[in-house]
Amino acid sequence: MSATTIQTRRPPNYRRRKWAVEAAALLLGVVIAIWTLAPIYNMVMVALESHNDVFSTNIFPADPSAYSFWIVFTEGYWYLEYFWHQYENSLYIGFWTVFLTLWVGSMVSYSIGRMRIRHGWLLTNAALLTYLVPAAFLAIPFYRMMQTYGLGNNVWSIIAVEVTFATPYAIFIFQQYGRSIPLELDEAARIDGASPIQVYFKIYLPLMAPALVAVGTYALLLAWNEYLYQFLLLSNKRSMTVPVALAQFLNSDESPWNYMMATAIVYAIPPVVIYYMFRGRMTAGLTMGGVKG
Amino acid sequence: MASASVIDVGRPVARPRSLFSRLRGGLQGTEYAWAIAFCIPYVGVFIAFVIFPVFYGLWLGHSPSLYIELFHDPIYQQTIVNTILYLAIGVNVKMFFALLLSGFFMRKGWWVKGLLMVYVLPWAVPALPTFISIHWMLNTQWGLVNNVLWDMFGIDGPGWLDTSRWLALGSVITTYIWKNMPFWTVILLAGRMAIPQELYEAAEVDGATGIRRFIHVSFPLLANLYLVCTLLSTIFTLGDFNTANFISGGGPALSTHVLATLGIRDAFEIARPQLGVAAVLSSLPLMIPLVVILMHKLRTSDVQL
Repeated sequence: MSATTIQTRRPPNYRRRKWAVEAAALLLGVVIAIWTLAPIYNMVMVALESHNDVFSTNIFPADPSAYSFWIVFTEGYWYLEYFWHQYENSLYIGFWTVFLTLWVGSMVSYSIGRMRIRHGWLLTNAALLTYLVPAAFLAIPFYRMMQTYGLGNNVWSIIAVEVTFATPYAIFIFQQYGRSIPLELDEAARIDGASPIQVYFKIYLPLMAPALVAVGTYALLLAWNEYLYQFLLLSNKRSMTVPVALAQFLNSDESPWNYMMATAIVYAIPPVVIYYMFRGRMTAGLTMGGVKG
Repeated sequence: MASASVIDVGRPVARPRSLFSRLRGGLQGTEYAWAIAFCIPYVGVFIAFVIFPVFYGLWLGHSPSLYIELFHDPIYQQTIVNTILYLAIGVNVKMFFALLLSGFFMRKGWWVKGLLMVYVLPWAVPALPTFISIHWMLNTQWGLVNNVLWDMFGIDGPGWLDTSRWLALGSVITTYIWKNMPFWTVILLAGRMAIPQELYEAAEVDGATGIRRFIHVSFPLLANLYLVCTLLSTIFTLGDFNTANFISGGGPALSTHVLATLGIRDAFEIARPQLGVAAVLSSLPLMIPLVVILMHKLRTSDVQL
């Protein structure tokens, strides 16, 4: 008897309301999925269509084929002449951006956070300020500067930009993460006679591995996402990167949309794979650092 | 003097001095040389690629006549209106929905977790491929949006990008929301997860559930994070070149430029770098207060962002 009274304390239509809420959530979920996937679906659909089918009112590919991907892989269209070379440029920029960001960022964070250099806060403020300046706003002076140095059409000018705008984030994450590593470890090593550089390589870097992975992923995604500087500074077909080549397609008179979309997908796959591989670490890093646009 | 050297950044309270620095009395001799050496690469990058371009830019855009020319230019006037709308609508709608959806993604169940993985895709996929895809989706004759409107509802869709300024600007803002909402949702979701469960339980005992729980418990705790996110996002959006450039390209008839794209157009298409820099610099009255507030907030408060 008492058991039933306890149960009836909940409103009688409790279960029905619970179902209604669940159904509404499911409906919202479907709306979110459609909203999110529509542009990605469009990308895949167009890539699977033939040139004539692109210019039709189809919602589904009438005759799906991977022909466009074949064209991209074999560089079988005049816009795709240097596709693999351009892909290599993107990879080269990505690799050096990651390496240099980690190197520069971890050194300065070690000096500020572990060696506690005097006036280290000035450097952190400099990083914060850089983080808050939109990269696009420096494009014009940067372009002219690079032209004066004779670094136009040189991928190293791009690497310089990416490292500049990735390092502030690296410094935040390294400092935040570094606080969880007890300073006593460094001190013990130093008392045993290790030099600062030994502590940096043998204690600091190994213990910072998770933060290094998060920042490395961030730097790679940043370099892979960047377009404006690559567009301004790389105009030569052999020195340009995939996004610049893609945008050139867009501005041509007859755009082969199916090849463009296939190129876009091939370009988008590496960061998506890397993102999902390190998603856990990234999310942890994100809540600490935030990411620029 | 000694205490200044141990001030930890981001945490204004001086830490008790560690055993090591007590023993050695701070950094000395070779130690100090090493500490300096470790900073050199970053200082070099900062001076060469931040300080120098900033001052070079200020010098390029220092002439008042540039600003007079800009303010008399009808394209620039439209651009200012576009930029304000872009920031006011784009950022706020995005943040508001991100706040609501972060609550949705707190729900339990396998399909919600799976949906979250799908939901972050716009952010994980590089910007350019998806923007080009959306550009084609909005094509008047052959784009997916008008095809769906025609095939399913028999509606003849409008020319999204090439007939009306407001449709084109709306498309840019919608794309911006599509691309950036997932990221801020994840940030706010992390903020919500940091709220201890006991608080909700206590509130429930006091009778706060549903919307009242949100107003009296979740929102006050998230308010600071939400504010910082909004301000930060405003700055990033101000410098957003890709969205407007690839969705509308500033068209139709140069009516949907934002400051970031107009600056690049002035500098490179009509080859007047000084004018381009001036267009960008004219956002400083908005930029400087935002930067000052954010520098203060990110340094002193406990907002971990």
